[in-house]
Amino acid sequence: MEVGTVVFYLIALLVVASAAMVAFSHNIIYSAFSLLGTFAGVAGIYVFLGADFVAAVQLLIYVGGILVLILFAVMLTHRITDVQITNRSAGVVPGLIIVGLLFWLLYETITTTPWAKAKEIAYAATSAKIGDQFLQSYLLPFELASIVLLAALIGAVVLARKEMKG
Amino acid sequence: MEITLTHFLVLGAIIFCLGMYTVLSRRNAISVLMGVELILNSANINYVAFAHYSSGGVDGQIYAIFVIMLAAAEAAVGLAIVLAIFQIFHTIDVGATETLKN
Amino acid sequence: MEHPIQTDYLRWIVLLPLIGAALNGLLGAQLQKRVGKWLISIIACAPVVIAFGISAAAFLKLKALEPEERFLIDHVYPWLHVGSLSVDVSFWVDPLSAVMILVVTGIGGLIHIYSTGYMHDDRSYWRFFAFLNLFTFSMLLLVLADSMLLMFIGWEGVGLCSYALIGFWYHDHVNTRAGNKAFIVNRVGDFGFILGIFLIFWTLDAQGHATLAFREITKNAALLQGQMLWGVPVATLATLFLFLGATGKSAQIPLYVWLPDAMQGPTPVSALIHAATMVTAGVYMIARLNAVFSLAPETLHVVAAIGAATALGAATIALTQNDIKRVLAYSTISQLGYMFLAAGVAAYAAGVFHLMTHAFFKACLFLGSGSVIHAMGGEQDMRKMGGLKKYMPWTFWTFTISVLAIAGVPGLAGFFSKDEILWQAFSSEHGSPWLWLVGVVCAGLTAFYMFRQLFMTFFGECRADHHTKEHLHESPKVMTLPLAVLAVGAIAAGYIGLPAVFGPNFFGHWLEPVLGGGHEEHASAALELGLMLVSIGVAALGILLAYLMYYKKTLSPDVFASLAGGVFYRLFDRKYYVDELYQKVFVGGALKLAAIGVWIDTNIIDGMVNGTARLTVFVSWLNGLFDNYVIDGMVNAVADLTYWSGGKFRKVQTGSINGYLYVILGAVVVAIIIKLRYAG
Repeated sequence: MEVGTVVFYLIALLVVASAAMVAFSHNIIYSAFSLLGTFAGVAGIYVFLGADFVAAVQLLIYVGGILVLILFAVMLTHRITDVQITNRSAGVVPGLIIVGLLFWLLYETITTTPWAKAKEIAYAATSAKIGDQFLQSYLLPFELASIVLLAALIGAVVLARKEMKG
Repeated sequence: MEITLTHFLVLGAIIFCLGMYTVLSRRNAISVLMGVELILNSANINYVAFAHYSSGGVDGQIYAIFVIMLAAAEAAVGLAIVLAIFQIFHTIDVGATETLKN
Repeated sequence: MEHPIQTDYLRWIVLLPLIGAALNGLLGAQLQKRVGKWLISIIACAPVVIAFGISAAAFLKLKALEPEERFLIDHVYPWLHVGSLSVDVSFWVDPLSAVMILVVTGIGGLIHIYSTGYMHDDRSYWRFFAFLNLFTFSMLLLVLADSMLLMFIGWEGVGLCSYALIGFWYHDHVNTRAGNKAFIVNRVGDFGFILGIFLIFWTLDAQGHATLAFREITKNAALLQGQMLWGVPVATLATLFLFLGATGKSAQIPLYVWLPDAMQGPTPVSALIHAATMVTAGVYMIARLNAVFSLAPETLHVVAAIGAATALGAATIALTQNDIKRVLAYSTISQLGYMFLAAGVAAYAAGVFHLMTHAFFKACLFLGSGSVIHAMGGEQDMRKMGGLKKYMPWTFWTFTISVLAIAGVPGLAGFFSKDEILWQAFSSEHGSPWLWLVGVVCAGLTAFYMFRQLFMTFFGECRADHHTKEHLHESPKVMTLPLAVLAVGAIAAGYIGLPAVFGPNFFGHWLEPVLGGGHEEHASAALELGLMLVSIGVAALGILLAYLMYYKKTLSPDVFASLAGGVFYRLFDRKYYVDELYQKVFVGGALKLAAIGVWIDTNIIDGMVNGTARLTVFVSWLNGLFDNYVIDGMVNAVADLTYWSGGKFRKVQTGSINGYLYVILGAVVVAIIIKLRYAG
């Protein structure tokens, strides 16, 4: 096997293992921390796919932002010393059955569909192209995104602050 | 053995199913949010993989960036809601906050 | 012009004040507490002084070149390259911006030094200097920017700093309101400015010359000729938008209302921002884009008319003001009107010349008034001053020189620049005798109200109360020295731009490569001299009247105040009721609009809803009759059925999110299975 293939399988293993940890761990803090492995691993997958910019964004926003946010929320809503940091599950068996069925369907679809093939598979720096696209074809969504983020920002502040008047 | 599109799609499917399972089975609101993040990540893997192997442009990557952006917004608002619920109910069990029922 | 000389030091002119602002802004509070105010002063003043040195070096370098090649550029880094838009961060110095950076760093430096004395007892010393440096940075960015986008950043920056400095003493609500007013009114103008930028860019882009760089715009300005938008020439529309921006920043009708209120800020701020530099940004911008403005004669007419109207309106308001700084504020608006008048008759060089001389004497006047206010313990009402001559000789003499300069007394800076404008207003191809007449009347009014101020403040009996009188003192050296330097400037600055009849106009020649040649045809030297004598005569008349009314007191001002039943006096005193008008029209209008919305909501929409409801009630009444007598039993049966099944189905609405998800996912799985079965 080539080195690249080995690396891919290693990263994929990391991603799957940590995602499984997220899904099955009984301790929510373990879940939250193993999310780090998933996010970082997915960034590695992006690098494999020649998406350098997306990988950087993934690291910055997911690992640097969302993960920290989740950890904060975990810490704020559970006392660390509390024994009850459990992560109670409900309906394990039916959940596993239906998700297993779903995976089987997805797998069938993926392997049987004749996917379109690109003319050439390029590994080039993409930041410049993405920047160009953002200010040309995707200008409107780009601007809308800024409004959505602003709204989310204000919304989060309004929701999370303590009500002043009792 | 060469790495092909299928590998990435299967990886995406696995993450998706794990995320779906998390959302289905957890009663803790933050865990549910983590599951949603997994699902969004799996969708992003698919986007970028298709962009790389099938369409050959950066469009897929741009969608992925938009998804990441929305995920950030969703996480911020979602966790703010979780905090607000925690302040009111002193729990974040999604099963416990069923006051709408009555 | 084709091969500009590359340099790498121009960036420091802009960056040094920024560094000063960053140091003072981020560390100032600590430094002030731990080390002392002297360090803050050095951090604040040194960058501006060094920047002045660099500017002077650039100026000398420029001067050594051939007139056609006077052009230095400093590419810092490429900024935006998207599609056809490409903007670099680069600074340039040509004869026009060379004049401006010398004014900004020179006079700005003096005002910085003066402020170390004026603000000495303020608790937020460091904050003041951080903003002052940030302002200097923005202004230099505005002036040195080689593209409209970069200029716009400076343009916004100066507005922001102006806001911060007007409301510097934010504990007083009046000050913050004044800051808000300045910011909001400026915003209206900025909106016009950015529309103008868009319009020029679009049109040039359509012609295949997409650019925002001034040099390229000047070169390709001819492409704008003949382009139409909504039936209006693009050049006219774009320049009108740009002029709207200029009226905001340079306090012209209709957006001048913020400047008098801006006097709430500390006096050095008024001198630097609201007299010498920021308010001249509009004039500078028009001069910078003169190639575009010259394509739109209609806009030039508007500019000239607004300039003349502002000059006259503000001068008449200044006649009746008693606040020492408000008189100067209206005087500034009036003098800015002169500059726009010059720009409007395509005499850009004359406008920039007046800009420069005005910077000297107006800065000197403001700083002098600051010195007076400082001595009077914060008193700004001229009716409570008087006789200050013997207490503060330095302030008195420098103030007098500046008053002579602004009043247009021959031999001082203001005379030459104002006369140049008046002459151009008369003789230029865009000019007319009417514009000249307005200008001359304003010159007379200016002489009158400036001497009124001089007499009320420095001559006669001291009207201050006993307590204040005891504390009267001359300001410290750091404050009087800048005054002296500025006063020398107010005398000497005029001699570099002598009228053609007296000698060579160095200033006009200096700006020729940028602004085009002056009108050298010269109707006749005799005519120019004659007009000059008229304006001297009018100025002398104004001075004489002020002398009789406020020095000799042989002529009562009330005689004039009660002219025409006092209508004029009240009009001037209430500033033409413009503030009240804006309050009514814009603020009141917005409220009215909201009220109309409420009315529509309550009467029409609610009416519709209520109507529908009534209709429904009526129909159901009919229905009820029908029900009661015809199918009562049947309906009851259906109702019972519904109630019963509702009770059963209610259990599905569990409110459990997991439960919902199971159902959704299960349905999706089933759907995919069916799809695969039947499709495959």
